[in-house]
Amino acid sequence: MNWQPTAELDVIRQRARVYKQIRTFFNTRGCLEVDTPLLMPTTGTDINIASISVTGNNRVQYLQTSPEYAMKRLLAAGSGSIFQICHAFRQGEAGRLHNPEFSLLEWYRCGYDYHALMDEIELLVTTLSLSRCSFRRVGYRELFRQSLQLDIEAASLEELREQCSRRVPGTDASGFDIDQCLDLLLAMAIAPGLKGYLFVYDYPISQAALARANPNDGSVAERFELFHDGIELANGFSELTDAGQQRARFEQDNRARRERGLPQLEIDERLLAALESGIEDCAGVALGLDRLLMILLGLDSIDQVLTFRD
Amino acid sequence: MASYSTNEFRSGLKIMIDGDPCAIIENEFVKPGKGQAFNRVRIRNLKTGRVLDKTFKSGESVDAADVIDTEMQYLYSDGEFWHFMDPQTYEQQAADAAAVGDAGQWLKAQDSCEVTLYNGSPIGVTPPNFVELEITDTDPGLKGDTAQGGTKPATLETGAVVKVPLFLEIGELVKVDTRSGEYMSRVKK
Repeated sequence: MNWQPTAELDVIRQRARVYKQIRTFFNTRGCLEVDTPLLMPTTGTDINIASISVTGNNRVQYLQTSPEYAMKRLLAAGSGSIFQICHAFRQGEAGRLHNPEFSLLEWYRCGYDYHALMDEIELLVTTLSLSRCSFRRVGYRELFRQSLQLDIEAASLEELREQCSRRVPGTDASGFDIDQCLDLLLAMAIAPGLKGYLFVYDYPISQAALARANPNDGSVAERFELFHDGIELANGFSELTDAGQQRARFEQDNRARRERGLPQLEIDERLLAALESGIEDCAGVALGLDRLLMILLGLDSIDQVLTFRD
Repeated sequence: MASYSTNEFRSGLKIMIDGDPCAIIENEFVKPGKGQAFNRVRIRNLKTGRVLDKTFKSGESVDAADVIDTEMQYLYSDGEFWHFMDPQTYEQQAADAAAVGDAGQWLKAQDSCEVTLYNGSPIGVTPPNFVELEITDTDPGLKGDTAQGGTKPATLETGAVVKVPLFLEIGELVKVDTRSGEYMSRVKK
């Protein structure tokens, strides 16, 4: 029987070193460490993220796909800037870069917008790398223009589908919607060619998740992702703080879920009530710690940083 | 018909793609954090041998291919078909040239090999990794040439032509790796 850890002991020590440095980084920068429940009665409604439900205690609860909702309730309660290191769970996500249970660093900065938060991420990653890192930023649309000579604003759905079949041979995109086309092109035609640390920002509003719309251009959301050599490492927003808009997005998610035959999810009324009570303007980001560790140590599979993958 | 969901994909799984039976060689899960998940799959068409890539949306289902690999004994070739027998049931199968492919040059009567059956009919034949065959034709051996590295072509009893060391003679038995087609060693009778 193989009972041995999946990761080398040295990798396990490196993780401890990284966590310690992260805590020092935030403690010295006025950010409070918090610890929110992993098991809660409601969960994220995102159509592309499936929660693991747990029965017991005479009710259904969900292992959290991220600590976002709970952390926002703390923000509404006046916590000020906060960070958390925790596990998150996503059903069915397994592969070289995915495990259904993974580690996240999530933090929220009061008074920041998404670009100010990107600045802080650069500082954190540089600190953890123990070496100089260079970062670039590119708008989502501009990235498609540069990489594929494709103007996604001007392109019709038919053209996007045709691009999918052409750029990623063996793809039948005839049933894809716009966002599925963009996801495929970004993940399989663009990301494999990206080098170094790259922030991609201003995602289409249809992919806003919990980001606020860009006040200067309502067709995009103030959302960004950080990639390293094409591997997605972090996702962040200027947070949507308007309870009414937030409710509309939850309802939109549930409509999209119904169309795809996915389960309807109960809307987190506590989060909406917290937003209603008022929440400071802030920016927040979730960074995958397993992948960060892989990158810092030059490893190519998530298995190599997990204590056990039985 | 049985089917597989993308989360059951693994190498070796036999699935139907565009009407042909295929085997999965590699399966990669690709998912943007907040976006659509995909499975990028490399497959081999079991009829043509061609390798190609396919993308599926994660959660999609694909029909299973009724393909089994079975150990059979090679009997003989009648010029058009190669005949095989299941040593347990004595059931016989006839495979055409397309199914036998390059494997034909390594097949000797009584040898066992792997026959791939699709809907009960042969679509592929895999010879053993190593076969021992007799040299039926080659240039005369050169005495004293054992130390030198030269080679010469030799025709084997099944018709295959392999490069062998210069000292080997007609009638000798050689061991060959069928995957590379390379001579391995001389076999004492």
